[in-house]
Amino acid sequence: MSGWTPSLTAALIAGLKALVLLLGLVSAAALLIWGERRLLALWQDRYGPNRVGPFGLLQVMADMIKIFFKEDWVPAFVDRPVFLLAPLLAMTTALLVFVLIPVAPGWGVAPDLNVGVLVFLALAGLGVYGAMLGGMSSNSKYALLGGLRSAAQMLSYEVFMGIALMGVVIQAGSFRLDRIVAAQQHLWFIIPQCCGFFAFSLAAVASVHRFPFDQPETEQELVAGYHTEYSGMKFGMFFVAEYVGIVVVSALLTTLFLGGWHGPLADRLPWMGFIWFALKTLFFIMMFILLRGALPRPRYDQIMALGWKFCLPLSLGNLLITAAVVLTGTTGV
Amino acid sequence: MFSILKGIFSNLRTLVMIFAHATRKRDTILYPEVKPYLPPRYRGRIVLTRDPDGEERCVACNLCAAVCPVGCISLQKGEQADGRWYPEFFRINFSRCIFCGLCEEACPTSAIQLTPDFELGEYDRQNLVYEKEHLLISGTGKVPEYNFYRIAGLAIAGKPKGAAAHEAAPIDVKDLLP
Repeated sequence: MSGWTPSLTAALIAGLKALVLLLGLVSAAALLIWGERRLLALWQDRYGPNRVGPFGLLQVMADMIKIFFKEDWVPAFVDRPVFLLAPLLAMTTALLVFVLIPVAPGWGVAPDLNVGVLVFLALAGLGVYGAMLGGMSSNSKYALLGGLRSAAQMLSYEVFMGIALMGVVIQAGSFRLDRIVAAQQHLWFIIPQCCGFFAFSLAAVASVHRFPFDQPETEQELVAGYHTEYSGMKFGMFFVAEYVGIVVVSALLTTLFLGGWHGPLADRLPWMGFIWFALKTLFFIMMFILLRGALPRPRYDQIMALGWKFCLPLSLGNLLITAAVVLTGTTGV
Repeated sequence: MFSILKGIFSNLRTLVMIFAHATRKRDTILYPEVKPYLPPRYRGRIVLTRDPDGEERCVACNLCAAVCPVGCISLQKGEQADGRWYPEFFRINFSRCIFCGLCEEACPTSAIQLTPDFELGEYDRQNLVYEKEHLLISGTGKVPEYNFYRIAGLAIAGKPKGAAAHEAAPIDVKDLLP
């Protein structure tokens, strides 16, 4: 065993940890398909899928088997390479963000990345390509309109998404997500940064195309928006990418504003940290589903107006005030 | 500014109201375990009933087949030794039937009746074609007392003219005497 070094062992362990996190994330996203249907049903006085397995939990398996055996048809009129690339892009960018998140003390793929928040913003910017390229390459009017809306919505929401996050970064004094979590040991950032939280959560919902901001999909007007022409497993990729996005964005909201894995006992027992993290993430996931269950979809121009006329000034003001308060030294790290 | 706050409040109120639905009673009836209540006059599976004597009520008049809007009923008249009419075969194609109940309305002898049974599922489409042996039940259905041959003036073996219930003896129209 000449090549066996401690660094190799460490790399192997890190790789295994990453694999566990990946599997956990993907299975959480898959279960979310079932969870969303059950929760929506609960709030609409129905039962939802409750037949396959205990509580209908195996519905996910049934759906997966079904979608694997579906014909994966690529229409003749699409731009083939881009059409094949788009769902991969959507899935990859959604998964990659999770790399940054510390799920428990010492657990996380790269929570110590010194440009963590910036990487998230960059990946969110790349994420729009999944929807946009999918819409453009489909060569269909509905898909094109969906892709167009996706691009416009992401452009206007990413502007204040970054600005809303800067308040957190200023208070924590770092772009590293583990430092941001550490800075929230005594006070979660949701309290001093409530305006930033408000703006960022709106942008977060918009960035995964979830309900009030699902303009790229709008079933009632655009059939299915940018993935109208997709079928079989490629549609499944878009579908799962959306749920992965929900999990990831909820985890990110937890990390940035709700103190990450902090909670009673979390400092002594690392697995308690994970439980706190999971509970907080589940809360945000539930809020995502509740939004979908409760709110009507605004018009497209209303979405734009909300972004530019309300959220952008709000997050700018939040940034200014945070900066001023930190500079004058009344609070700070 | 006020309208924005009002809008935010309105949306939050919606969220709370929808969330409160989690504690409401669910409207769904879990069907195979819990059977739904169906009123007695529900129009489900069609049956052929018998009269109180246990004879077939159907007299093969063909009115049900004529009135059926989808034409799912077909039958063939036959005659028994005592002069009663009966269907040689009676066939309902339930893959076509729309359960409108017009056959029941048209039937002069209350033979064909709709029941509150709706569980007609089959794996093989051919099995939805019901023959007389599948349709005929042993009871009288909704009109227990009615017996066509006891009331009608039709003469059959063992029941001459004038022998039916509430029927006067036949008049000899060629005789002038009262």
